[in-house]
Amino acid sequence: MTAYYMRLALKSFRRNPGLTALMVGAIALGIAVCVMTMTVFHAMSGNPIWWKGDRLYAVTMDSWDPNDVYDPLHPELAPPMMTYKDAKFLSQSNIPERKVMMYKVNSIVTGGTAERRPHHVISRATTADFFAMFDVPFQYGSGWAAAADEGPEPVIVISQKENQTLFGGSNSVGRNIMWNNTQFRIIGVLKDWSPQPKFYDLNNGPFDVPEDAYVPLGWGPSLQLLSAGSSNCWKPEPLDTFQEYMNSDCVWTEMWVELPNAQSRERFQSFMDGYWSDQHAAGRFPRSRRNQLTPVGQWLINQGVVQNDNRVLVGLSFAFLAVCLINTIGLLLAKFLNGAAITGVRRALGASRREVFLQHLIEVGVLASTGAVLGLVLSAVGLWLVHALYASVRFGERGGFQELTHFDTTSVIWAVILAIVATLAAGLYPAWRIGRLPPAVYLKSQ
Amino acid sequence: MLKMHNVGKVYRTDLIETHALRDFSLEVAAGEFVAVTGPSGSGKTTFLNVAGLLETFESGQYSLDGKDVRGLSDDARSHLRNEKIGFIFQGFNLIPDLNIYDNVDVPLRYRRLKQSDRHERISSALELVGLASRVKHMPSQLSGGQQQRVAIARAIAGDPAFLLADEPTGNLDSLMARQVMDLLEQINEMGTTIVLVTHDPELARRAHRNVHVVDGQISDLKSYEQRAVPA
Repeated sequence: MTAYYMRLALKSFRRNPGLTALMVGAIALGIAVCVMTMTVFHAMSGNPIWWKGDRLYAVTMDSWDPNDVYDPLHPELAPPMMTYKDAKFLSQSNIPERKVMMYKVNSIVTGGTAERRPHHVISRATTADFFAMFDVPFQYGSGWAAAADEGPEPVIVISQKENQTLFGGSNSVGRNIMWNNTQFRIIGVLKDWSPQPKFYDLNNGPFDVPEDAYVPLGWGPSLQLLSAGSSNCWKPEPLDTFQEYMNSDCVWTEMWVELPNAQSRERFQSFMDGYWSDQHAAGRFPRSRRNQLTPVGQWLINQGVVQNDNRVLVGLSFAFLAVCLINTIGLLLAKFLNGAAITGVRRALGASRREVFLQHLIEVGVLASTGAVLGLVLSAVGLWLVHALYASVRFGERGGFQELTHFDTTSVIWAVILAIVATLAAGLYPAWRIGRLPPAVYLKSQ
Repeated sequence: MLKMHNVGKVYRTDLIETHALRDFSLEVAAGEFVAVTGPSGSGKTTFLNVAGLLETFESGQYSLDGKDVRGLSDDARSHLRNEKIGFIFQGFNLIPDLNIYDNVDVPLRYRRLKQSDRHERISSALELVGLASRVKHMPSQLSGGQQQRVAIARAIAGDPAFLLADEPTGNLDSLMARQVMDLLEQINEMGTTIVLVTHDPELARRAHRNVHVVDGQISDLKSYEQRAVPA
C-alpha cells in the first residue's frame, strides 16, 4: 500500500501544484535557514577533540600588569598565552601524561624533488607530545621523541599540503629539505588535518588553519625565531636579544597538558600554585592568583569562539522554522479538507481511519522529503553566498570565515532529519483530522 | 441478510435533537431487490448510511450477513463495509484524477488483493457494464450514464453481498436511467442483494419490494408482482 499511497501523493501534488509548491517552499526555506545557522554554530561551537574533553587542558597563569587587566571583558581570566620561562618551568613537571609547549613561527622552505623555489611556510615550534596529545594523524612516518626537543635534532614533520608542494604527494620520509637555511630531515607527513576551531592556538582566529611544518621547540631559541603568532608585553623591559625575549614577561607561548584523571589534575594545579607562590614571593605575578587549567569546551567559550549571538541566531532560526511549519499545517489542513469528499468516497469503499491517516501521512512524508532536498539546495546556495560575502575576510593563508561555510555530512544528515521530523510532526494533525471526518457528510457534497 | 430491529439514530446540535431513524426495523433477504422511498428528510439516506456502516446508531440491533455490527471498531466496520457492501451514489462519486481502471481498483486495494486478482475482477466488472474499452479514460471524459456504470463496476468488483444505491439515476436522463436500472436488475439476478433509495415510484416499482419511510419510520410495505425474487 505504501507505493500506492506514494502514487496518490504525487497525483495530489499535481492536482494542486501551486499549493504544493507553497508548502514545499515554506518547509525548504525554514529548513535552509536552520541548517545554515546550525552549520555556522556547529563550526563555531564544536569541540574538535571532544573525545578528550575531560583530559586536555589549556594552561594559563596571570602574570599580567597589576594595574590593567589583560581582557577587560573577562577580568577573571588569565591571558591565553604564557611567558616562555613559566611554560618552560611547568613543562618540567612529570605529572601530566603529556604536555606541550609551543609557538607559531615563520619559515622559509626550499628543496624537494619538485625543485621548489624558497617559499614562505607558517610553522610551529613545539615539543614532541604535540602529535600524540592532539591525535594528529600521520600519512607517512611519525613525530619525534622528547629527546629531540632539546638537542635540538634537525627533524621536521610537514603537512600533506606541503608534502604535495615539495614532493608531489609521494612518501618523503627520510628526505632532506632546507628550513630557515638549516637542513632538516623529514620524519613525518601528516594526513589532511584541520581541527575547527583551531582550539590549541586561537590567537590568529578560531578558523585559522594548522601550520604546514613542525619542528622541535629547541629550534626556536637556536635559530632565534620570534613568534609569528601573537606576542603581548605589558611592562617596559629590554627586548634586544632573543635571550631577553625568552626571559621577559611577554606572553607568547601556548601550553597544554593531558591529565587523565582528577587526581593528576589536582596535583598539577598544586604544582602550578606552588610555582606561583615562589614567583610571587620573588616579586613576580603581581596580580591575584589565576592559575587556570581549562578544558577545551570551556576554553572555546572563554576565548569567545562560541558567542551568545550565535545561540540567539540558532534560536531565531528555529522560531522561523516553527512559523514556516505552522503555515504548512494551515495549508495542509486546507488541502486535506478540500479533498474531504474524495476521502469520504474512499471511506465508503472500505478505507479505515487508519488507512486514511496513513495515506495522508505518506503524502506529508513525500512533501517533507521534497522540502528536505530543496532545503538542502537552498542551504548550499545560502552558505555559498556567505562564502562569497566573506571571500575577502581571511585570517590565515586559507580559511577564515570561509571555513565556516563548509557543508559537511553532519549538516546534510541534520537537514534531512530536521525536514522529515518537523514536517511529519506538522502533518500529524491534518492527517489525523481528515481521518476523523464523518464520511457520510462529505459523500453528499461530492 | 440485512436485519435491523428498532434502530434509532439521533443527530444532535447544541439546540436541537433530530430523530432521523426511530424504531426502524427492516429485514432484507439475500437476493432481494428492495426499494426505499419516502419524502425528502424522511430518513432514507440516514438508513442507507447506517446500513452501509458509514454512520453508527444509538439504539436497536443491526446484523449484516449474520454479524452484529454494534460496537465494532472502525477497522472492523471498514473491513466489513469493504467486503460486504458496494455503494452507488447519485453523484457517481468517481475520483476525478484516477482513470476508470484505477477508480474500480480502489475498493480492491483496501482488500489487499494480489494484482492479478484485482486485474481479473476489474476487467470482469468493466466488461459487465460495457466499458472494458475505456479503462484509460478519465471520469471527465465520460457521459453521466457511463460514469454511473463505472461506479456500478466499482461497487460490484469486490463481489459484495449487498449493493446500496442512493438515487442512482437522479442525475441521469430517462434513457440513461433505464440503462442503469437494467444493469442493476441484471446484477440482482446474478444474486447480489440490492437496496435502492429513490424518489421515483416508477423505479421503485421495478424492485421486489417497496419500503416507504416517513419521519424515520417505515410506514408501509408493498410487494410488487412484476418481478419474482430469484431463487
